Amino acid sequence: MSAAAPLAAAATAAPETVPGRGRRPGAGLSLGPALGLVPFLVFIGIFLVIPTITVVVGAFQAESGGFSLEKIRALGEGTPLRALRESVILSFTSAAVGAVLGALLAYLVVTAPPTSVMRRAVTAVCGVLAQFGGVTLAFAWMATLGFGGLLTSVLADLFGASETGASWLYELPGLILVYSYFQIPLMVIVFMPALEGLRPQWREAAVNLGATTRQYWLQVAFPLLRPAFLGSALLLFANAFAAYATAAALVNQGAPITPLLIRSALTSEIVLGQANFGYALALEMVVVVAIVMSLYAWLLRRTSRWLS
Amino acid sequence: MKPKISLLAVMALLSTAALAACAPPEDDDKNSGSSSEAATATSLDDFGSMEDLVAAAEEEGELNVIALPPDWANYGQIIETFEKKYDIKVNSAQPDAASQDEINAAEQLAGTDRAPDVFDLGQSVALANTDMYAPYKVEKFDEIPEEFKDPNGAWVNDYGGFMSVGYDSSVVPEVTSLDDLLGPDFKGKVALNGDPTQAGAAFSGVVMAAIANGGSVEDIKPGVEYFAEMKKAGNFLPVDPTSAAIESGQTPVVIDWDYLNAMESAKLDTWEVYVPDEAAVAGYYFQAINADAPHPAAARLWQEFLYSDEGQNLWLAGGARPVRAEAMVEAGTIDQELYDALPPVGGEPVIPTNEQTEKMAAYLADNWAKAIG
Repeated sequence: MSAAAPLAAAATAAPETVPGRGRRPGAGLSLGPALGLVPFLVFIGIFLVIPTITVVVGAFQAESGGFSLEKIRALGEGTPLRALRESVILSFTSAAVGAVLGALLAYLVVTAPPTSVMRRAVTAVCGVLAQFGGVTLAFAWMATLGFGGLLTSVLADLFGASETGASWLYELPGLILVYSYFQIPLMVIVFMPALEGLRPQWREAAVNLGATTRQYWLQVAFPLLRPAFLGSALLLFANAFAAYATAAALVNQGAPITPLLIRSALTSEIVLGQANFGYALALEMVVVVAIVMSLYAWLLRRTSRWLS
Repeated sequence: MKPKISLLAVMALLSTAALAACAPPEDDDKNSGSSSEAATATSLDDFGSMEDLVAAAEEEGELNVIALPPDWANYGQIIETFEKKYDIKVNSAQPDAASQDEINAAEQLAGTDRAPDVFDLGQSVALANTDMYAPYKVEKFDEIPEEFKDPNGAWVNDYGGFMSVGYDSSVVPEVTSLDDLLGPDFKGKVALNGDPTQAGAAFSGVVMAAIANGGSVEDIKPGVEYFAEMKKAGNFLPVDPTSAAIESGQTPVVIDWDYLNAMESAKLDTWEVYVPDEAAVAGYYFQAINADAPHPAAARLWQEFLYSDEGQNLWLAGGARPVRAEAMVEAGTIDQELYDALPPVGGEPVIPTNEQTEKMAAYLADNWAKAIG
């Protein structure tokens, strides 16, 4: 998930370079600048292209080698389908929660004066918390809400709730709660630039033309912000969809989401020879994320027309 | 269309170039001198004497082990004793890794000096990868019962135990049968060590429940139903019962190998271990030497150490049943006090064969998540 935030920043900056799409006459491929690109291409090759090729090739291979659709077909069976469904539910719900709450928080922050302590504190905290995932986060929640956790014990003392707590933290509802913990701050970070791009002049113009506050929001601000909001929400979706470490530390039974199912395909000491099935699952995830990111790019292009 | 094709070509070129760059270096000069002799040695005779083996191993100076948790079958103390006894540094990688991780690591690190020298594997993984082991017969090879070793010494069972229920007697009443665990006293308290579709210990836990509920080593379904019922009663805890979880009281009841539960008794006075008579499921782990071991002599010395009386008694100190136990009882070299302290087992021990395990695993893969989801 750490890759998500820089990606957003890069994507926001991207529109600057888009206008030069039609190649200028005479701008042939000179060797100098191309050489500068080589380290980047090597990097992309090793860390993106080769793994992707490996995954695609592996997904279409039988255990004994040779082309086969067997593993792809296996994706349609009960367990992987359920894992995919739960993965999508988890990513969608945590993205929705993160997007709505994060957008509200971002609005509160933006309306505060740029130099105010509150604004600086919130942006700094969000910057940290958006990257606060993985094992540490999982254990923080276990210590708070898990069996014998701090809050569990307090609740048991105060309200006579079950002292042993409930197991929901270790299942889908728990994952949604824990994921929201890094989704909300991430939303604040990626959505704030869009809110900042909302010019005061537009509001003044609307007011001058006799618009009420309600009308301004419904007819001017919301339509302007909608693509950025949806785009950010899609980014959050992809972020949650690919997250692995938090779930791995929290969930010990049943591999409810696809990343955990991939782990189990690779490391199981009971059901062997599942490596190619792991590739097929990874391919499935690549496809889902590719769809989401294409939507994101498309929405971003629409936003950039107005807010840049 | 054109730019796309050239882009593809560039990518293909790049990836082949990078693939070549990624390939491990050729290890043509790795096996030099005594090392190559050690790599093909199949018994102590090939070295000459124990002293020669020790000298060769100490010259290598290091031993790579993998997936040996310090609190599993006393491995912490075993490693420490080995290091003290010989001038060899033991590099213990990924203590919490699974058996399949050991094989993956051996394949990925092949040819480097970080590859694991020895394996300690669960049954299915061990038997599926026999071509990766270097056959070696330890000094005491003949004292190991036939069914617990490969005739050529490719693998040898090392230690085993019975599936058991460990529980904190200060939190829950005494456990006298598996049915007890379904009662209201155990609400939110029973944990299984791992996911049975992934971990050998958890798998054997389900086998135990199956046998206790009318199933067999062919039919694991009653075991899955048992846990589904436990889940429905709100008793099943989906938490990984690590030592820390047990000591902090998060997992008051743990279904696990008896030697792992026995280790907890040493730390927690009120921790009791129960092995059900009607379903005594036994399991042995497998010991083998990596054929590509970067420290072949040290790997062989490690095996000699593990199967010596000293090594076997160290496993016993961890509550595990060493594979040479019977011969050692006869010879009087076993630590009798420790041996008598093992949890009592009344019933006929059940050890599933590899085929039976595969069959049950296939059923579990399809049904476990449904049962406890």
